[in-house]
Amino acid sequence: MIKLQVNGQERSFDGDPGMPLLWFLRDELGLTGTKFGCGIAQCGACTIHVDGEATRACQTAVSEAAGKQVVTIEGLHPQGDHPVQKAWRAQNVAQCGYCQTGQIMQAAALLKQTPNPTDDDIDNLMAGNICRCGTYTRIRAAIKQAAKEA
Amino acid sequence: MNNIIENVSRRQILAGAAFVLAAQVVPMRGLWAQDKKFGAAGMPNGTVNDPRVFLSIAGDGTVSIVCHRSEMGQGVRTGVPLMLAEELEADWSKVKIVQAQGDEVKYGNQDTDGSRSTRHFMKPMRECGAAARMMLEGAAAKKWGVPASEVEAKNHEVVHKASGRKLGYGELAADAAQMPVPAAGTLKLKDPAQFRYIGKSTPIVDSRDITTGKAVFGQDVRLDAMKYAVIARPPVYGGKVKSVDSAAALQVPGVEKVVQLPSPPPPTVFQQLGGVAVIAKNTWAAMKGREALKIVWDDGPNAAYNSPAYREQLLATARKPGKVVRSQGDFDAAFNGAAKKIEAEYYLPHLAHATMEPPAATARFANGKCEVWACVQSPQGTRDTVAKALGLTSADVAVNVTLLGGGFGRKSKPDFAVEAALLSKEIGASVKVVWTREDDIHHGFYHTVSAERLQAGVDAQNKVVAWRHNSVAPSIAALFGPDPKHQAGFELGMGLVDTPFDVANMRIENGEATAMARLGWFRSVSNIPHAFAVQSFVAELAAAAGKDPKDYLLELIGAARVIDPGKTSTVGHWNNGEDPEVYKIESARLRRVTELAARQAEWGRPMPQGSGLGIAVHRSFVTYVAAVVEAKVDNRGRVSIPRIEMAVDCGPHVNLDRVKSQMEGAAVMGLSLALKSEITFKDGKVEQSNFDDYEVLRIDETPRVINVHVVDTGFGEPPGGVGEPGVPPIAPALANAIFAATGKRLRSLPVKDQLRA
Repeated sequence: MIKLQVNGQERSFDGDPGMPLLWFLRDELGLTGTKFGCGIAQCGACTIHVDGEATRACQTAVSEAAGKQVVTIEGLHPQGDHPVQKAWRAQNVAQCGYCQTGQIMQAAALLKQTPNPTDDDIDNLMAGNICRCGTYTRIRAAIKQAAKEA
Repeated sequence: MNNIIENVSRRQILAGAAFVLAAQVVPMRGLWAQDKKFGAAGMPNGTVNDPRVFLSIAGDGTVSIVCHRSEMGQGVRTGVPLMLAEELEADWSKVKIVQAQGDEVKYGNQDTDGSRSTRHFMKPMRECGAAARMMLEGAAAKKWGVPASEVEAKNHEVVHKASGRKLGYGELAADAAQMPVPAAGTLKLKDPAQFRYIGKSTPIVDSRDITTGKAVFGQDVRLDAMKYAVIARPPVYGGKVKSVDSAAALQVPGVEKVVQLPSPPPPTVFQQLGGVAVIAKNTWAAMKGREALKIVWDDGPNAAYNSPAYREQLLATARKPGKVVRSQGDFDAAFNGAAKKIEAEYYLPHLAHATMEPPAATARFANGKCEVWACVQSPQGTRDTVAKALGLTSADVAVNVTLLGGGFGRKSKPDFAVEAALLSKEIGASVKVVWTREDDIHHGFYHTVSAERLQAGVDAQNKVVAWRHNSVAPSIAALFGPDPKHQAGFELGMGLVDTPFDVANMRIENGEATAMARLGWFRSVSNIPHAFAVQSFVAELAAAAGKDPKDYLLELIGAARVIDPGKTSTVGHWNNGEDPEVYKIESARLRRVTELAARQAEWGRPMPQGSGLGIAVHRSFVTYVAAVVEAKVDNRGRVSIPRIEMAVDCGPHVNLDRVKSQMEGAAVMGLSLALKSEITFKDGKVEQSNFDDYEVLRIDETPRVINVHVVDTGFGEPPGGVGEPGVPPIAPALANAIFAATGKRLRSLPVKDQLRA
């Protein structure tokens, strides 16, 4: 039996310990805000925080998260008003929106680590998150806005 | 004139019109002349403008507006209801959006493709809103015993000016519902000068749900007691299972069943590809189970498909005379007598849509009825296709549309919904079919592959006197019937037959090609290869003439006039299904966006060594877009793009911010396909698998600056498309910029490492 904290709640799992956290979150817990995009850590759609670090849920086995604090988009802020979420709405970043929860989780971790990111910082830390709609210029603007307002 | 192009919707192709006509079986001709319907009227089930279908008002004043089009990032759930709300004089903050099920008899056409939602539904949505506004006014006037002419609806209430009385929409709702719906001819539409929403910028209605993870996409649907399925599909299009050993798969914990799905032979239309499905209690178990399947495939004839050989074949075909699809003047004579002859060949590979959300559908079959939840662009088409696959009538199938995590044309083909429906029927339980990224890349409906050969003759003053273009590409029509081996009318009409240049002697040809993969439309479709070739070639001609490429382009576009390719075309003037009298090709509008983009890009500014500007313009989806791309190539041949300036003339626009966001996204998608993306086949199988080898643009490769300049035409022009027309000019503008930066002309996409030192 694997035990872990998800969005502050104690959770347990007694299935395949090698199952990626992604499917545990989505299929077992119904937390579908964490998205499936590639399954090989190439797109970042499944980005969550494990003990505060941006992590790809598709490449993290449930067993690796045992005893850890997992935060998904649903738990980023109780009202959904994290500065990054607010900046995303202010800049009208989303088009289809599918990748944006992963982008937001990645950006929130980035800002914790680098509160005033340069353009190059943004390039380095966001390049693992693909947006096929091409909202990148607005993602950049939203991160800068969130940095200012955080 | 053999004027035989059908006003083809992408679903109407199913009726057979497109490929039959492209194959020049002509008996429809007489019918066509009489029955030709343009625009929305030419689409299956047309439009509906009954406010009772699209609108309800609750006692608390909440206005619910039905969106019958699919949201895939273009902003349709905001823009289409906004047009109704505008005429209704509704307070947008009190509007709630309700997503329609697939039901075209009720709502009108729902095929969300072809950049048509605003174009076709501006009028009916405005009429709905105006009718409802008049019903509210009528109800208030009746209540107050005053003539309707004395009351006015304004911002969610009806006011009687003379007495100062006011009633909110919520208070009037019940009475208004009893009023007769005003006849179309009596509707009073607002003066555009009074618009509060149309033409301004409105945030998308789903923004909060998207940013908090609450938004539900096709992959996110969950039903009680639902099973999960992944499917091993034939690796080669047209292949099928020879034998399967599922013993090991059934040993995987969580796997419950293995089900074989039949593989219909091509042309498969939107049917399932078939194969072997693994049913499990979660997605991971289904994926593990699939890995454990031992399948022997019968690949079929497409196993002979190899991209390098096919490329050579397309190019060889392009060098031979093709079927003439437009001819004016005497190309041969003018070319032979030209002072200078220039020719070039271009090649563009297959592409995969690679929507961020891989396809997914959930179905529940019970008691002879089926309900589907899926990320589909064509809910009615999905309904009909699922019904046919199950042997039901469409009335027994319900299709619920989720948000689409990207569409780009992929999700207008509901094969994945058919899979879910067949499996649910087979196992007697609700089931979600999850496509992995590998499934998506291996089993797509690929953008076509093409060779484009251009020749021009110029006179002593460097004026183009002869222009010939032979375009060779397998046709999407092969998905629907016998392969026509020529591009269908709607493909030829995307930037080939409608080449807008002022050249006296022009011959446009289309060589033969056989489809060997499952092809389908991809955002902007055939405009991509046609615009790349034409707009690259113009810059090549400018270079040969020693002239400025922008000036040369403007010279080719020529003086202000209406261009009617139908006059000299053997296949008519498709014009995206729109009436050429209403939606004209106007050289002045081409010039205006070209000049605007150039001015904003400070065209002509001195560029440092290794940097250059490139320009391109293209009209598609009855919208005009020009782009100036700034490219920088370092001494190791690495390309970066600091800035793009785009100018768009789409006629009147509804949500300015979404027009801009669509252009920004089109720029990124255009750069992806220009720089990185390529699908190749080996022995009939796609060689790429995921984002590591089918690459798309990332943030560090995206221009820091993408500016979009929207021409304000006012309402003097009819509305054009927005979702697709931004893509075509990007790749040629980039290639032209790379040429300006390095002197190297790239005629084959993607750029990848072609410039690497």
